[in-house]
Formats: sequence, C-alpha cells, structure tokens
Amino acid sequence: MVEQIQETYFPKILTFLCNWCGYAGADYAGVSRYQYPPSIRVIRVMCSGRIQPSLILDAFNRGTDGVMVCGCHIGDCHYISGNEYAEERVKKTKKILEMLRIDPNRLRLEWISASEGIKFAEVVNDFTNQLISLGPLKKES
Amino acid sequence: MTNRDQKKVWREKRKMLEKEKNKESIRVGVFVCHCGTNIGGVIDCSALAEYARMLTNVAFSEDNQYTCAETGLTSIKTAIKEKNLNRIVVASCTPRTHEPLFRKCVSDAGINPYLFNFVNIREQCSWVHMDYPDAAFEKAKDLIRMGVAKSIMLQPLEMIKIGVTQEAVVIGGGISGMNTALSLSRQGFKTHLVEKEYILGGRLNSLYKLFPHDTEASELIEDVKTKINNSKNLKVYTEAVVKSVDGYIGNYNIKILQLDRIIDLKVGTIIVAVGASLLIPENLYGYDGKSRITQHELESKLKAEEKISDKIVMIQCAGSRIKERIYCSNVCCMTALKNALIIKDRKPDSNITILFRDIYAPGTYEDYYRRARESGVLFIKYTEDKLPIVEETQVKVFNEYIGEKMILPYNLLVLSTPLIANYDNKELSQMLKVPLEPNNFFLEAHVKLRPVDFATEGIFVCGSAKWPVDVSESIVQGLAAASRASTIISNKNLNFSGSIAEVEESKCNGCGDCRDACVYNAVEMVETRIEFKAIRDSFIPSTALIKHKSKVIPSMCKGCGVCVGICPVGALSLKNFTNEQIGVEIESYLS
Repeated sequence: MVEQIQETYFPKILTFLCNWCGYAGADYAGVSRYQYPPSIRVIRVMCSGRIQPSLILDAFNRGTDGVMVCGCHIGDCHYISGNEYAEERVKKTKKILEMLRIDPNRLRLEWISASEGIKFAEVVNDFTNQLISLGPLKKES
Repeated sequence: MTNRDQKKVWREKRKMLEKEKNKESIRVGVFVCHCGTNIGGVIDCSALAEYARMLTNVAFSEDNQYTCAETGLTSIKTAIKEKNLNRIVVASCTPRTHEPLFRKCVSDAGINPYLFNFVNIREQCSWVHMDYPDAAFEKAKDLIRMGVAKSIMLQPLEMIKIGVTQEAVVIGGGISGMNTALSLSRQGFKTHLVEKEYILGGRLNSLYKLFPHDTEASELIEDVKTKINNSKNLKVYTEAVVKSVDGYIGNYNIKILQLDRIIDLKVGTIIVAVGASLLIPENLYGYDGKSRITQHELESKLKAEEKISDKIVMIQCAGSRIKERIYCSNVCCMTALKNALIIKDRKPDSNITILFRDIYAPGTYEDYYRRARESGVLFIKYTEDKLPIVEETQVKVFNEYIGEKMILPYNLLVLSTPLIANYDNKELSQMLKVPLEPNNFFLEAHVKLRPVDFATEGIFVCGSAKWPVDVSESIVQGLAAASRASTIISNKNLNFSGSIAEVEESKCNGCGDCRDACVYNAVEMVETRIEFKAIRDSFIPSTALIKHKSKVIPSMCKGCGVCVGICPVGALSLKNFTNEQIGVEIESYLS
C-alpha cells in the first residue's frame, strides 16, 4: 500500500480492463479484499484488442497521469488473439508518446488473469508509486 | 462561401441541434446500492445519490439497501413509470454477475435493456479501499459521473437470434460426468460422454466404501453404468480425449481423438467434469509405498481384503494447507475416518491414531466423527509450525492439546494426501477459453451465484474439476450442471447480445484489415455499387463505381471489437462500446 495519500499530488490512472480477465481479476481482488490505492478509474471493454491509440492519447490529452491496459495472458485471450493486437498497439502508442515527449512508462500494459487478484492489486500499487515518483504530467511539453 | 458549403454548414448545424434535442429528452435514473454494509459501510450511499442528482440529465436518483432484491427492482420499475426515465444507471456490484438481472428488470419496465449502465462501486471501490473511505467516496463519485455520461450516449440495441444444436458433450466419465450425461439424456437430449480411460467411473473405480453410509463404491458404479447402457440417446467414447474446440454457445465443433481416429461432434453446450488427480507424496514423511502409504493405497488394501497391521498412525493434511499447496482438499478427513472405522470394524483391538490439524466433518458427518471417537480411534492435534517427525518405527508429535511431545510407535503410516488438479487442465482450459484458479483447478463464474457455470456462456463445470469434492457432492454438482446446460440446449434458438460491430459504409475504404483480424470470420467484403448522379449543366454523365466494402455478419460476431481497433479510417464501431461512449467516459472523469 502506498505509505500515505499525499495531499499535494496523487496520480490519476485511467484503466482499460478487458471483461474476461482484467475486469474479472479486479473483481477477484475486491472479493478477496486485497487493498490498493484509490488512484485508478476503470473503463470496461470487451477485449483489450478494442483499445485504440486514439483513446489512450485522448486520455493523456485530457490530463491523466497514467494509462493502464489489462488483458488476458497471451494464449488465454477470450477472443483468441485480441490481446496480441493490444500488445502491438500499446508498443506503437508508446512510440507516439515518446514523440510527444511524454514518458512512455506512463502507459502500462499488463496481463492479468481472472484469478490474479493479488497481482492486480500489486500492479496498481506499483504503477501508482511509479507515477508518484514521475510526478504529474506536465502540460507544456 | 458557395451554395454547397452553405448547405453543408446548415446540415451540420441541424444535426447538432437534433443531438441537443435528443439529449434534452434523456432522463437518467441513478440507483445507488448499499449492499448491506458492503458498500454502505465504507461509502455514504445517500450522499452519492444526492451527488448523482446534480449531474446533467439525471432526473431521479435514490439509494437502496439492496438494489438487486425484489424491493430494489420494484423501485426501479416504479421510478421508470412515474418519473418517465429512459436511461438507468445502477451503482452497485459487478456487471459480471448482476448485469443480466438489471437488464431484465429494465426491459420488463419497457425500456430497451441496452439503455442500462452498470457502475461497479463494490468490487472495485468499497472492498479495495476500506482504509481510505474519503478517497473511496471520491472515486465512487467519479465512477458514477462516468457511468451517467456513458448512459446518455447509449443507444437501444436489438438482440440477435442464433440457432442451437440441441446436443451436449460431457468431458470426463467419472461419477459427476456420468450423472450429468445421464440426466441430460433422460431429458431427451443427445449426449456424448468422453472418457480418457478405457472404462467409465474415474476415481470411484479404485474406492472401496463410501461415507457416510458405507455403501460399496462398486455397487454405485454398476448401477449408474447399467443406466447409461440402457439409455437411448447417450453415446460413450472411452479412451478418447478432446483435441480441439471451435465455435460458440449453441454451436460448438469438437474434435475428439479416440485411439487413432478423429471424431467430429457438433454440440450446443459443453460440461467439464474431468475430476482431479492424486498426489504422489514423494519426499513426504518418508513415503515408500510399503509401510508408509497414502490413504488411497490403504483403501485399495482394504478393498482387496489384505491383512492390515494393527498399529496405525494417520497424518492428515500431508502435503496440503502448506505454502506450496495452500488449499484444503476437502475429502481427506472423511476418508481417514472412514478407513479407520472399517479397520476398527474388522479388528476392534487395532490401535489407530489420527494426527490432524483440523477435522472437517460438517453437518451430519459429525456423527461419523463421533462414531470414530467412540470406537477408540485416538485424535491428536498438531500445528503447521510443529509438524510430526517420522522415524523408522515411530512418529514424534507435539500434542497441541496437552502441550507435550508424544512418541507413537507404528507398523503402518498412512498419509492423507490431497487431490490435485490434473496436469492437462491447462491445455483444456485454453481450448475452451475458460480460466483456472491458482492451483490449476477450473474457476467457476461465481462461487455462490453461479457455482457450476463458467464466465464463458454455454460451458459448465462440475465435480472435482473445480475443487476436490466427495461422491455425494459430485453427484449433486453433476445434476446441477446438467440442469444449467439444459437451459441452453432446450431452446431451438437463443438470443444474443446486440453489442456487435457495425460498419459505416461511407467511411470504409475496403482495405480488408478487419476481415483478416476477425478470428470468427464475422467480417466479409462485399461488392458495393456507388452511384454518381450526372451533374446538372455539365458534360459529366451519371456513372457507377464498384467498390469492396466490409460487412459484419451479426450472428457470427462475438463483439470483441478487435476489428474496431484495427480499422485505419474509423469506419467500424462496436455498439455499446463506441469511441464516443468511451470518449465521454474519459472526458467526464478528467474534466
């Protein structure tokens, strides 16, 4: 858990979860009461392959500090290969972020299965800490 | 500005005005659920409802103790009628379990079910931020704002009708699978039972007597087998394994390999009843298979009426409830009690000691435990940090109750080892696209609400495949799975989610990327004729162009949205998850 919620800066993380693994994993974290920092806001999509770079860039444009995309493990995708597209797109989007002088580490892709509640909590915790150390997203750059 | 430009501007303006007008007529109702103290104990739900009322287009909001209970559902229905609502947002638990319920509720009240939106403030808010109630409240506010914003953008959708193959396949011919198959075939459905071994019966074949009534396992098996042989529409494939699974609910194509031939099956539903395996306890308490054996080996000895030595020590939780295998195997306590009683029955003066951490004998099984104690079986409690030490002829154990070390001589040491997941569960789970839990057992959709369902519709699970269970529980689960499966294959047609992809033809440039990306072959390229009218007062005649445009086949589309992500020109959109809808969610969160 994050040591203390800092008054000054607490990151905003927009999270895209696929319905079958990421969202289920987040639910599993809830059912098991694994605590994680309240930094994320979840948008549910059916498959991580649905995520387009434009959505991620839109989120950064509107001032989110980080974006996380969670899908099924490779080979486990509910839609067979949707997550492979997600992986490719996130890679490309990271390059675009570099061009925009946004730290590509602000975009994170994670494979979370329906039973990995603890991993989900750890990932959120870790990403939040990472974003706190990176500081808020600066508008001017 | 030319006339054409002027017209274009007007057209856009008119569209904008229409949109605004539509927005004005939208009346959202927000229902915040306390879920007892699950949400209400962390977040102030009535304040959330107050907050929701201030959002744009929200005409009504209230908080309920349990929105999913009859009273909550009735209050949604009455609010729809009285307040003339046309969008419903429920902020409560997870859509993965409760969305169908609320969709049905709003559709009963005369609203298109897709005009309902779910906000998860329990699993993903109150339960995970218990230490920070203020931050959890802020988060819940954000989530509701996002949910309301999305609900405004929702469009009514129609369900899609798909034909169903009214047959079932049961994978695994143990006691659970046999009962499932029998029940389905008795209901009149053609059922295929696929068994890996050369005979049916699974683990039951090696068992002797069954607790708590000491019935013979072989009797039970013969009984079920006869029924299976006599049933008309049940086909058994022994020595067969599943090789591949294609298709979707109602229409699965399964290839099974029986010896050296491939058999194709077309079924509407799949039931996983693969059971579990036995742990071979190598390097555990000096296991050697002779004087130190497993509970299962002892049972085989009893079955074969072999002579059993009279100084017996049993160790419970051998290899389970430890770091590597944290779970309780559920059946070993009762098995140990049963075997102890059988030995005591045969030879009342034999000396049996059971070393246990906790005895799990729930409900009426308690009588069984009492009988064992009355017959003179000795019970000694040990703890995880002071495990028994097994030596050549004696066991040293720290008795937790009297707080002293004890030395127990033995001729026969019996280890109660757990059932473990089959080694090939991973392979099967990938074929079926269903999840496994951390110990590699199959993971059901919800432990209480949907205990024999998978999250993937049309596939079910029963018996020890999802957790070690005893015979009676296996049969109960088998019958439960059969009853759940019959809800699918008793229909000639099924209605499916209308949340599928669609193509905006004018934008499509016919590149075909979406067709290549779709693994369900749901996108096809069709030739489209585009007409150009002759321009007045010019020499250009009317012409037509033939272009390839992509088209989504609704019955094949699973609604994943991979094609939407890949379209370079943004011609595709996934209904219910359109760019605009996700866009407003992002916007309302970050604005």
